[in-house]
Amino acid sequence: MEMLLAKYNYWIYVTLMMIGIYAMIAKCNLMKKIIGMSIFQTAIIVFYVSIGAKKGATIPIIAHGHGVAHEAVRVADYVNPLPHVLMLTAIVVGVGTLGVALAIAMSIHEKYGSLEEDEILERQE
Amino acid sequence: METVVSIKPLLASLVSLVAVIPIVLSGKRPNLREGWTFLAGLIKLGLVVSMLPVVLAGGTVQYTLWEVLPGLAIAFKADAMGMLFALIAATLWLVTSAYSIGYMRGLHEHSQTRYFSFFAVALSATIGVAFAANLFTLYLFYEMLSLATYPLVTHHQDGEARASGRKYLTFILGTSIGLVLPAMLIVYSLTGTLDFTAAGILSGTTTKTVIVVLLLMFVFGFAKAGIMPMHGWLPAAMVAPTPVSALLHAVAVVKVGVFSIFRILTGIFGVDLLRTLGLGETLCVIASITILAASLIALSQDGLKRRLAFSTIGQLSYIVLGAALLSPKGMVGGLLHIAMHAFGKITLFFCAGAIFVATGKKNISEMVGIGKRMPVTMIAFLIGSMSVIGIPPTGGFISKWHLLLGTLEADQLPMLVVLLSSSLLNAAYFLPVFYRAFFCTAEESLFPAKIEEAPAWCVAPLVLTALISVGLFFNPQPFLRLAEMAVQFCVGG
Amino acid sequence: MISPEQYPVLIVVTPLLSAFLINILGNMDKRFCYPATLLALAGSLAAAVGTLCRVANEGVIHYRVGGWPPPFGIEYVVDHLNALVLVVVAGVALVAAVASKRSVEEEFPHKITQFYTLFVLLTTGLLGMTITGDAFNLYVLMEIAALTNYALIAMGGNRALMASFNYVVVGTIGACFYLLGVGHLYIMTGSLNMADIMTILPSLYGTNAILVAAILMLLGAWIKMAFFPLHGWLPNAYTYAPSATSSLVAPLMTKVSVYIMIRVMFSVLGATYVFTVLPVKELIVWLATAAIVGGSLFALSQKDFKRMLTFLIVAEVGYMVGGAWLATERGITGAILHIVNDAVMTLCLFLFSAIVVYKTKGHQLSNLEGMFKKMPLTMTAFAVGALSMIGVPPTAGFFSKWYLILGGIDAGQWQFVVALLFSSLVNAVLFFRIFEIAYYEPHSDHHGHSAPVAIDEAPMSMLLPLAVVAVAIIMLGLYSGEIVTTFIQHAVPAGI
Repeated sequence: MEMLLAKYNYWIYVTLMMIGIYAMIAKCNLMKKIIGMSIFQTAIIVFYVSIGAKKGATIPIIAHGHGVAHEAVRVADYVNPLPHVLMLTAIVVGVGTLGVALAIAMSIHEKYGSLEEDEILERQE
Repeated sequence: METVVSIKPLLASLVSLVAVIPIVLSGKRPNLREGWTFLAGLIKLGLVVSMLPVVLAGGTVQYTLWEVLPGLAIAFKADAMGMLFALIAATLWLVTSAYSIGYMRGLHEHSQTRYFSFFAVALSATIGVAFAANLFTLYLFYEMLSLATYPLVTHHQDGEARASGRKYLTFILGTSIGLVLPAMLIVYSLTGTLDFTAAGILSGTTTKTVIVVLLLMFVFGFAKAGIMPMHGWLPAAMVAPTPVSALLHAVAVVKVGVFSIFRILTGIFGVDLLRTLGLGETLCVIASITILAASLIALSQDGLKRRLAFSTIGQLSYIVLGAALLSPKGMVGGLLHIAMHAFGKITLFFCAGAIFVATGKKNISEMVGIGKRMPVTMIAFLIGSMSVIGIPPTGGFISKWHLLLGTLEADQLPMLVVLLSSSLLNAAYFLPVFYRAFFCTAEESLFPAKIEEAPAWCVAPLVLTALISVGLFFNPQPFLRLAEMAVQFCVGG
Repeated sequence: MISPEQYPVLIVVTPLLSAFLINILGNMDKRFCYPATLLALAGSLAAAVGTLCRVANEGVIHYRVGGWPPPFGIEYVVDHLNALVLVVVAGVALVAAVASKRSVEEEFPHKITQFYTLFVLLTTGLLGMTITGDAFNLYVLMEIAALTNYALIAMGGNRALMASFNYVVVGTIGACFYLLGVGHLYIMTGSLNMADIMTILPSLYGTNAILVAAILMLLGAWIKMAFFPLHGWLPNAYTYAPSATSSLVAPLMTKVSVYIMIRVMFSVLGATYVFTVLPVKELIVWLATAAIVGGSLFALSQKDFKRMLTFLIVAEVGYMVGGAWLATERGITGAILHIVNDAVMTLCLFLFSAIVVYKTKGHQLSNLEGMFKKMPLTMTAFAVGALSMIGVPPTAGFFSKWYLILGGIDAGQWQFVVALLFSSLVNAVLFFRIFEIAYYEPHSDHHGHSAPVAIDEAPMSMLLPLAVVAVAIIMLGLYSGEIVTTFIQHAVPAGI
């Protein structure tokens, strides 16, 4: 229990990830698969964002400006900005993937008139 | 010992490969096309013969084309053993080309350009095997030969050719990839080299078990040698046009197989190593089983070419037996048999083809009385049979004589019995063909008593090879000399 | 004149900017697309070759993108390994682009602009994946390559749509696993620069976080390369992809993923870690063995020519993964050499399949009937590729197989050796079955006097690339020794 609470951010991301993977693999509906994929990607974003966080830290803007020697920057005071920046890219990638997936799903719907995997496979025969 | 560095061995191999280009380009003009074949054949023979003096003087001609990986080079070396084989192949290519013209045109075969092109490629590979200086080069040309002969074997492109072609490749490619390739890799990983040397490269590197396994992998892996049970492709490959059967299945392909076995026994394992481990006997047994079984099967074959095929299987194992005796005389006999059998067997195949061209008959039972119609062909057939059986005055006697002496020298009396009884069997399956061709009553004869031979292009080559077979009895040089030198080199005096 | 200093970045930037340019030009007149694509890829190839020469002469090149020093900025690192892969990627892309003209005009005449834009963008992604020295940057480029790839495959329409959709789902899982792995490494080391991570890592070898990171990153790479049993997405995606797409994607996508795996193994985690700390070496060689045997058997049971080739890719991936995990010098050499050789071999086979589709409108085995008569030159070039797949010397395939088998012997992994030989035999059966169909059928009378078949060769723009590739297969084979001593030898981690 202690461990659960101490690392709750990890448990959240793992849970989200599992939900996502389940939807991607087990669901027959293509739209549900896409939703699962989005949840999966979001889980990773949550993970990254949470690892940048620190207790009692503030946004990473150095208050005293540059070159002031006696005001040394204490790392613990600031949230690590790098993972957040990385996630900006990852979100963009995620949106891109989502777009491509939706476009393909649209074409499939146009072609087969369905988004259910089993029905599509049937109509492919 | 003199070592000459010269590009000649490479050229001797490449000349027919290069000739493919003009052959294909002049595909529309048959006479010009065959002219190229002859030109390439003459150049090839000239190149081989030009290296003969050096080799006879005890030297070698070497050339390294390209070192692909460390210890893995495409390299050529013309020594006595290679020279012996190259000389036979180059000579018989010319003869067969002449015969091919008669046969292919006589039967109006299709795709003759393809036929002559791949024939040239196959010869390139054969000479490559003969002059290979290491196992890798040998393997390269061995595979090239397998692939180049496939379109020749399946020339008719019908259902039967397809089935036979499949069998051919299954045996030949299957064993070379499945057995020879791994064996070669193991040798390389044990020794770091694949060069053929006088004493072998394997001694002192590994245990007896590994040596035995490697030996079996090589001996059965070179399926072109037709050692049972790897012989199945040979009778199947008889669907090929007869000149192909003649050159490839009496000379080039099968002899490449036994030559490869000879090479690896002497150059990779080394005679001393095999003697020390007593592996000669094992090989003798393997070879003698094939000799006897093949001869027995040949007795029951009615198709002339199939009978010849089984005879070939048996005779090939003579050569392997010669090597396996590990005695100088036996090995000389084995090497010599490569030459003697080649001339004898090619005569027989030429005869079979000539009969087919002239009469369309393929089965022995349909050939009663044919001697009256084709006397020249059938007399040549008799000479060829005598050479294969080993009756004087034919070359086959010389090689068999050496083999017999070899069994005595190696103190292998059972092998002596095998050889003698096999000779009897040979006589039993060849002589009736001849007998029924000539000695039958007029009623029994299936042919009108009017002389009507195959075209001259077909008959001349078979007369020539028959005469050479006889000539080799009186003067077996330079083959005997080359065989003796080769054996002396690898037995170490 | 551009300074050689800038070559590394030009490899990636040239196609990247060209992709946008092609889109603009294509909207003006779609005839501009093809020459512009060739120009862009040729430029990239020239820069890659220039870089290769520099690496051969000077050793490893570090290029700081935008001048930011690592670990803050993104760094391009070109060493002996990826210099080679870069040239292969750029070269294969160029050849595939040259050959694509007719197929594209035939299969989707209205989407030429989109196709070439995505084509060049995909190449950019692959080149970027290969050249970058930054673990996160790699993820982004991996997704660029993947997204364009999904779209290119979906252009095949019909069945390609569903295949592509499945590929999107699986590919995203793969990329996300990789990203998660990078995240764990970042938590532990605070760095995303590969070289930096590698120096920090040894003190953390025992931790679970690194173990999780390693497994996730490798798993991601395996999904992306369709390593057995994660290969399910590949056969459909590549079979139903348009010819022009599969000529680019089939040779490169899996090979670059194998490169990524090798990069992760030796330049991020370190050879010591993957071979001695991780207890999975043997297991993976067994999986590779299964991949080879399984891929070969599935290939054997196909009636569709292109689908058969896709299963061969699965088997070939087994070659490379197995070779790398043999943990012997010769095994790893073989795996890297096979990346190069297999890319070229696969290109040869898929270019041929593009010709078949173009000429006969199908890719069943029966479409190959009478090919030897109709297209002797095309068949000759294809035969070279086929022989290389079988492993007949002196083609390239023989030499990488040579190293792989020796590596297997060195490691005592006999099952892998047997699998390699088995796959050679199966390939022999497969390709000779094709030769038989092309040679015997349609059936003729005894002497083959069937109706005369006119020679009907593939168009020059398809035949020429195929011929070049066939020659390249033989040249690569003959120069194997040079490639190994000049490049691959330096890429194999020391002390194995």
